[in-house]
Amino acid sequence: MGERKRETAVVVSQEEIADGIFSMRIRTDAAENAAPGQFISMYTNDPSKLLPRPISICEIEKENRVLRVVYRVTGEKTGTELFSRMKEGDTLPIIAPLGNGFPLDRAEGKTAFLIGGGIGVPPILELAKQLHCKKQIVAGYRDSQTFLRREFEQNGELYISTEDGSVGTKGNVLDAIRENNLRADIIYACGPTPMLRAIKKYAGEEKVECYLSLEERMACGIGACLACVCRTMEKDSHSNVNNKRICKDGPVFLSTEVEI
Amino acid sequence: MNKMNQNPCLEVNIAGVTWKNPVTVASGTFASGAEYTDFVDLNRLGAVTTKGVASIPWAGNPTPRVAETHSGMMNAVGLQNPGIDLFCKRDIPFLRQFDTKIVVNVCGKSEEDYCETVERLAGEDVDMLEINISCPNVKEGGIAFGQNPKAAEEITRAVKRYAKQPVIMKLSPNVTDIGEMARAVEAGGADAVSLINTITGMKIDINRRKFLLANRTGGLSGPAIHPVAVRMVYEAARAVKLPIIGMGGIFSAEDAIEMILAGATAVSVGTANFHNPSVTMEIVDGIEAYMRKYGFGTVGEMVGIVE
Repeated sequence: MGERKRETAVVVSQEEIADGIFSMRIRTDAAENAAPGQFISMYTNDPSKLLPRPISICEIEKENRVLRVVYRVTGEKTGTELFSRMKEGDTLPIIAPLGNGFPLDRAEGKTAFLIGGGIGVPPILELAKQLHCKKQIVAGYRDSQTFLRREFEQNGELYISTEDGSVGTKGNVLDAIRENNLRADIIYACGPTPMLRAIKKYAGEEKVECYLSLEERMACGIGACLACVCRTMEKDSHSNVNNKRICKDGPVFLSTEVEI
Repeated sequence: MNKMNQNPCLEVNIAGVTWKNPVTVASGTFASGAEYTDFVDLNRLGAVTTKGVASIPWAGNPTPRVAETHSGMMNAVGLQNPGIDLFCKRDIPFLRQFDTKIVVNVCGKSEEDYCETVERLAGEDVDMLEINISCPNVKEGGIAFGQNPKAAEEITRAVKRYAKQPVIMKLSPNVTDIGEMARAVEAGGADAVSLINTITGMKIDINRRKFLLANRTGGLSGPAIHPVAVRMVYEAARAVKLPIIGMGGIFSAEDAIEMILAGATAVSVGTANFHNPSVTMEIVDGIEAYMRKYGFGTVGEMVGIVE
């Protein structure tokens, strides 16, 4: 048997940082090997909820053996609502770290866009902390609740878009890029599928190398059940069809290899 | 019953094949095992039952393919598989590295499909075949054979003509009389039966007023279906002489033992692998502990003894 296991993590702290957006720090040995863009399979303590919730890693504190997640409560009686009620000292089962993170070495010597939209914003933070190049962070929010803003400002140039225009550019992340005449040689992005679709198109037009972190409903989280597949341009060598597993082969993919 | 201090023997014999213990995994929840090696010692499983494989690669259904339900989940993966050629080249040699039996689950859209794959496997180093005539998520994914006793008998007979390994027919719960289906595949020459596959269900997102699964319907699995599975294993065990591999919502050794007492010689663990990828190891240990506690010397002594 190997390295990963289903382990018990301990909640170190939890706070609501915007309406329905929670920040939880958990103590886990998994912090040792975690990388930006990877995710955690988080299980609730409610035995009637069988499946793990895949939540992206927002920050890694190796020295404290702590991982931070920032997640949205998706509704009443949901698993994420149960997470949001947890307090310091509570425990939860997790499997982590899972998936492949953002390829950091590709950005060396380049100007990078780090783009996050909505609840796809959090994984961009650890990426911003670990990337050592010229960083233009573009964060898209619904309204003035621009969570993680201060942390981003400490880790790169920050541009904000809001749907209601209350902060930064009114519109989406691409509107912010255009309004500020920004250019980059490489793109890293995480967010809702329509946003990623638009970024994939933009990257194609601008001929920029682009990495997208995809999301899909998962069951096993470890590449066995084939629930969370995405369409690929080429036949995948593992699946032998035009499908890759988001949990195991991703969640980060080169934009030109996936159809979204 | 044997003396309490004796070591219980967990070995079971299914259609002439000896498993070291009665625990395997349910097809489709475990791929061919490679993804689980961090969590499970494959040498400690009685058998590995592989994800269904067809004569050619299948791309499966659109996503979302899964949805959680109360004490259960639904899936409509649609039997995505890499096809028998890659499976034989990659998955069989992988599994052969371990001291466990290999049960290859076979799916198809027509009698010819099934027979082609079974014939191909006749020359391969695998121990048993499980024929999926019960997938509810693919229009012609076998369910056409699994809900009609005459068709089930015929597909069993056809497959048996080509099979070199013992054939397990996997039955659907989406029938009126499971005993009749078990008798039909027995008449067709099946060597064993496994049941239950998932129960067809549907889940609706009331806020978006949309189906949760792209396929609209899916197969319900997990603890929610366990009592249904135990009842059907009991009925099938009374209907046929064939050994039974019981499955459906097994999450613990207690659930597995219930299935054995109802008439199953072995059990498959499916959805529980998603909840805890190491659960099969706990179930093997738990069955052994139960046998010690009650003084059972062999698993066979427990099969179907509920009264």
